[in-house]
Amino acid sequence: MAQELKVELEGVSKDAIGGVIEQEELEPAGAPPARVGFWVFIAGEVIILLSLIASAIYFRLTYPHWHETSTFTNVIISTINTFILLTGSLTAVLAHHFAFADAWKKARRFLLLTMLCGLAFVGMKAYEYSLEIHHGFYPNTDPFWMFYYTITGIHGLHVFAGACILFGVWLYVRKTKSKYAVENAALYWHFVDLVWLYIFPMFYLT
Amino acid sequence: MSAAETSWVKQYLFSTDHKVIGKQYLLTGLFMALIGGILAVAFRTNLASPGVLSDSAYLRLVTYHGSIMFFWVAMPVLLGGFGNLLIPLMIGARDMAFPTLNMLSYWTFVVSAIVLILSFFVPGGGFSGGWTIYPPLSAMPDAFLGEHLGTILFLLAVALEFASMLMGGVNFIATIITMRTKGLSFFRLPLMIWMQLIASVLFLLSVTPLIAGAFMLMMDIFAGTHFFTVTAEHTGNPILFQHLFWFFGHPEVYVILFPALGIIAEIFPANTRRPFYSYKTLVWTAIIAGVLSFLVWAHHQFVAGINPYSAIWFSVFTVAISVPFSISLVVMGLSLVNGSIRFTAPMVWAVGAYAMFIIGGLTGLPLGAFTADVYFHDTYFVVAHFHYTVFTIAVLSAIAGLYYWFPKWFGRQLNETFGKWHAILTLIFYNGFAFPGFFLGLAGHPRRYASLGFFEYLHEYQWVHVMMTVSTYLLFATQLVFAVYFIYAIFKGKKVEDPNPWKATTLEWLAPSPPPHLNWGNTHPIVEHDPYEYAVNGELKAKGIDFLPQGKLYVLKKSDAEKQEQEG
Repeated sequence: MAQELKVELEGVSKDAIGGVIEQEELEPAGAPPARVGFWVFIAGEVIILLSLIASAIYFRLTYPHWHETSTFTNVIISTINTFILLTGSLTAVLAHHFAFADAWKKARRFLLLTMLCGLAFVGMKAYEYSLEIHHGFYPNTDPFWMFYYTITGIHGLHVFAGACILFGVWLYVRKTKSKYAVENAALYWHFVDLVWLYIFPMFYLT
Repeated sequence: MSAAETSWVKQYLFSTDHKVIGKQYLLTGLFMALIGGILAVAFRTNLASPGVLSDSAYLRLVTYHGSIMFFWVAMPVLLGGFGNLLIPLMIGARDMAFPTLNMLSYWTFVVSAIVLILSFFVPGGGFSGGWTIYPPLSAMPDAFLGEHLGTILFLLAVALEFASMLMGGVNFIATIITMRTKGLSFFRLPLMIWMQLIASVLFLLSVTPLIAGAFMLMMDIFAGTHFFTVTAEHTGNPILFQHLFWFFGHPEVYVILFPALGIIAEIFPANTRRPFYSYKTLVWTAIIAGVLSFLVWAHHQFVAGINPYSAIWFSVFTVAISVPFSISLVVMGLSLVNGSIRFTAPMVWAVGAYAMFIIGGLTGLPLGAFTADVYFHDTYFVVAHFHYTVFTIAVLSAIAGLYYWFPKWFGRQLNETFGKWHAILTLIFYNGFAFPGFFLGLAGHPRRYASLGFFEYLHEYQWVHVMMTVSTYLLFATQLVFAVYFIYAIFKGKKVEDPNPWKATTLEWLAPSPPPHLNWGNTHPIVEHDPYEYAVNGELKAKGIDFLPQGKLYVLKKSDAEKQEQEG
């Protein structure tokens, strides 16, 4: 075989060299690492939230007053919040759609809208907490409120983190135009949305 | 990027190069191992001559010894160190999938180690409730131990360590799935890579429930909730924490076990000059054992007040998990049959580790069967059993791997004779400190007591403790000599000429020793064969070939743009 190119790698044995190859022949056919890595991360997050929910169900089986305590939660605010999150999911999907259609101006606008939904949710949730604390329901009041504050609190933190991620991506894609950054931000948003769809019936509609 | 262009800080401290990060993990792990070893020496001294330490200091040292050896030695060395150093080289990639995340993972780990060491010295002292952090000891630190700050910092350190290892785990999984070079299908991956992949998945799936448990624990400490604490008005459930902990804790053992098996599975074929006995069997048994490991956790809780009917099922699954492990150990043993074995230093270590795994595995069976465990639980039998598994993993297998890959990683040699003596002495002293534990356990010696004072029926066994302690001293001294020699050899060892000193087949041996930044220069490895094509008694032997490297390096043609740039 004609050795038309020099091996710029010191300290390799000659037997190890097999020939010459075009750069194009090496392109890995698999999924992009950013996508795989993020799905793996989401898998971990799902299990954290799932374990908390499972623990709540485990406690609920032996706690007789779960149902009557749950009637003190604010169904109106939480329903509005549910709609805010679902609206955010719609805008996240649109951001993803426009990013992959290379309409970056629209994509970034929808990213920002999704972020605003996240902030609105967190604001409403904070207001709801203040009402509950005002009525004398604390995390250590009983098992229901204990799980209520822990799980919705962690979920709220996730929504806030999601808003931060969306803002970060909004800045990041301005120059890089990274489709996968938008995809992952949208994915994260759907994840927090999905978790809420478990939390909502569990604490408000039970 | 050449060395001249990058600053020292970027090249050695905040590097994103997988090899530098791997070495950082390795050396940090070594440092923490010294701390863990010193703690062991200290509390073993107290067991040999009671009164050297106060009872609470004894418990504190035992707690830190266990946590350090698990989270700050075994995991960073076997996953952070070996994983980072080997995965890109063995799959023919230039770096990990997320190099910056990788660097972040290491530095989070460093912070966690610093917080852990700090937690030991704060007022009130470090946490002393055992590495299992069971509530109420951990959830009500004021009420029981008076170590409020120490407990919180301890929990923070563990949380940071988990965060670091999760970042690493996500990186490992994404890298192995997406960055394999051309021709490297899943069933051509070297066994070490399979084991790293399975370990990373197990860690991700098992540590996450414990993170949820840690949230609840933190709420108990800071917000006064009663998830795990029990008071007159509120009934929490401390057993729930045990469930969440052991749902993590048992797979966690396999998280470090699998990379250790991977090391042995790499060393055996290269030193027997025969293909691995059954590659696919080892992969599938590891996967099956990994799945089963999520169904056995409550065998750690047989005496904790769980439902006896569920104990039956956990016993059944625990005994069932010994089937895939028995098969994988048998397959490893069969890989030695008909080989032409070279007793190099790594091979001596690997054979030693293999033998010790058998003791560790077999003594697990009486602990997994709940009728027997009611007697053995919380005795020295358990201590001896898990040292036969975990010490074998974190010390014997890891050092076997160090001897094997040292020439590749550092471009220098470790002395063969030194390595063999190191192995033999380590095995003798190790058995000297661990094996008598089985008999102490059979005699009914409970663990976690600072002295035999309470137990008159055990006073006649004090001499056994003295013997175990002397063995511990000698074992620690042996490792100390090795640690000094190891550091010396990194800088002053004899340089290796041959990039493939063991005549091994996998891709990392194609690269120069040590591999440059981005590993392959202007070439790229392409895989053409299965990972262990050695010659003994096969077709290759008939052709007169000793071994067939898994792939070859191909020189990359420059694109037109690059050519122009060079000419211009």
